[in-house]
Amino acid sequence: MSFRESIRIALTAIRANRLRSGLTVLGVVIGVLSVVLLVAVGSGARAAVTAGVEDLGSNLLLVVPGTFEFGQAPTRSQFILDDVEDLARQLRDRATVTGSIASGERVRSDSGAAFTSVIGVTADFEDVVNRPIARGEFINESDVATARRVAVLGASAADGLFGGIDPIARQVTVGGLRFRVIGTVEPLGTALGVDRDSQIYVPLTAAQRLFGIRTIDTLFVRADDRADLGAVSTTVEGVLGERFGTDEFSILSQDEILGVAGRILDTLTLVLAAIAGISLLVGGIGVSNIMLVSVSERTREIGLRKALGARTREITRQFLVEAIVLCGIGGVLGAGGGVGLSYLADRFTPVPSQVTGWSVALAFGVSVAVGVIFGVFPARRAGRLDPVTALRRE
Amino acid sequence: MPSARTPDGVVTPPIIEVDDVSRSYRLGDRTEGVAALRGVSFEVQPGEFVAIVGPSGSGKSTLLNLLGALDRPTSGTVRIDGRDVATLSDTQLARLRNAEIGFVFQQFHLLARTSARDNVALPLVYAGVGRRERVEQAAQALQAVGLGHRLDHHPTELSGGEQQRVAIARAVVTAPRIILADEPTGNLDTATGDDVMGLLERLNAERGAALIVITHDMEIAGRAPRQIRLRDGVVEHTSVVSPGSGPPPAARGRPALRATDRALQAGRGPAQRPQPDVPGDRS
Repeated sequence: MSFRESIRIALTAIRANRLRSGLTVLGVVIGVLSVVLLVAVGSGARAAVTAGVEDLGSNLLLVVPGTFEFGQAPTRSQFILDDVEDLARQLRDRATVTGSIASGERVRSDSGAAFTSVIGVTADFEDVVNRPIARGEFINESDVATARRVAVLGASAADGLFGGIDPIARQVTVGGLRFRVIGTVEPLGTALGVDRDSQIYVPLTAAQRLFGIRTIDTLFVRADDRADLGAVSTTVEGVLGERFGTDEFSILSQDEILGVAGRILDTLTLVLAAIAGISLLVGGIGVSNIMLVSVSERTREIGLRKALGARTREITRQFLVEAIVLCGIGGVLGAGGGVGLSYLADRFTPVPSQVTGWSVALAFGVSVAVGVIFGVFPARRAGRLDPVTALRRE
Repeated sequence: MPSARTPDGVVTPPIIEVDDVSRSYRLGDRTEGVAALRGVSFEVQPGEFVAIVGPSGSGKSTLLNLLGALDRPTSGTVRIDGRDVATLSDTQLARLRNAEIGFVFQQFHLLARTSARDNVALPLVYAGVGRRERVEQAAQALQAVGLGHRLDHHPTELSGGEQQRVAIARAVVTAPRIILADEPTGNLDTATGDDVMGLLERLNAERGAALIVITHDMEIAGRAPRQIRLRDGVVEHTSVVSPGSGPPPAARGRPALRATDRALQAGRGPAQRPQPDVPGDRS
């Protein structure tokens, strides 16, 4: 009996029991579909984060307190404005330096209110972290020096607080203090899960007073030349290292952030894939179960085939091929459904989703392997049936 | 090897030899098995028509399984076409069944949701015959049993008699030298049963395949020239209805269908043909 013959017999048997075959296939479909879809979501998240980090620019260094590691409580910052100025002086010809502190605050205007991020920055923040001004102007050095109560609004913050009205020269209230709006920023979109358009910028010194602190959360250093990034990083390490121990701050480049974020997201993707794998396993057990039912239901048929000259091997193969075909159909439908759903998710939901070729190939391969693994047991049982007993079964 | 002499004097070995065969089954964990057959011996010549009769529990089914190479004896020897089934592997037995034995069952055992043609072609699948040829041979076999107009009908669309005819076509499609019919009329009314027996007898005469009908119905058994009666696992009696007739005229091995027809019309045929396509060696 040829392999093609086995497939023909398998298809006939599958067609003969459409409902049952359909339900069995459904188990595999769901398994494969969830593998493809969840891996796509994981990859989508990774792509979104990567894009966000790359948005920072490749010649930007971030200096954060403590060590930058996943699962560790953030270290309280000891940086102060002097450090920004020190660094700026040392790196005068090679880089621009800024710093920021941020806090979620309730912000009110005459016509609206919002809970949003209020960020204290120095004048160079505009260039270093790239906040193009739409109207008015950004915070300048004298604003920072005098802790002037002025504010620059992100695009959606301006909309939310003032509706259609021009916010320039109007006032917003943060923590009981009034700030005069001097500018608005171009719409920037979301990066790394942060809606940059909802942010409000105030002079760093004014923010320190507002929040009642003297420290700065993060320092940003933008090298003029990408090739000089390593040397700039060394200088930063030297300057700050004199003030703090070297393990009390970390200097992160885009690549390092990508590395850490990538590891986290790879783990996330693997966890998602593993969860989906469990459903694929359950689908496989369903196949095994149905094949056992099928073998016992078709005992007489097996007996007949043996009486007509089918060998043990041929019966085993017939049932094995049937299991594989069931899983193969499920694999194709599941992969197709997974690709379709992740496309829809990416298009119509906020969940980023990106189908990866390996997950489709893997899920399909695994589903066929599931057919083999879970088909072998019932198939061997079928092959071993004694024709005499099998024929006599009612 | 015991043998028989055809009227023209050529010696042919028996197609089936059963020599002092016993078959017992274990029941539960008793060490002593229950004997279904005890020391049964007989032979069937090529082309012969034999009825095996006996009440239920006489060991008929056990004997059928042994003659059909579905089972091996506990002791004694069953030789089919000269080969001792006890020495054959499961795979060799499967090949032997496929090539030499056509089964006809009381319950027809047709595959549901499968056309008459595909049912008949089933043994050819395991014989490794290509699809196109299978379809053709199956159609011929159905024609031969008078169902040439029912090729694409499914079993549920056929009467009991027609279903049994399909089963008979399936039994002869590989041109076996033995047709084993187990209560072939058991599920049919008398008239239809008569037709089916007539068909089996005609195929027996035309194709020269030995016909062994296992039945408890004495009337059916009475149609066979020779009857082997079983009771309690032993051969109680062997009767030959027409002692002078000897082996029937069709003791000619396994010629192809058209060759048989021509040979029948010519009133002659080769006494023994070589069987190169049968696995295993034969002396």
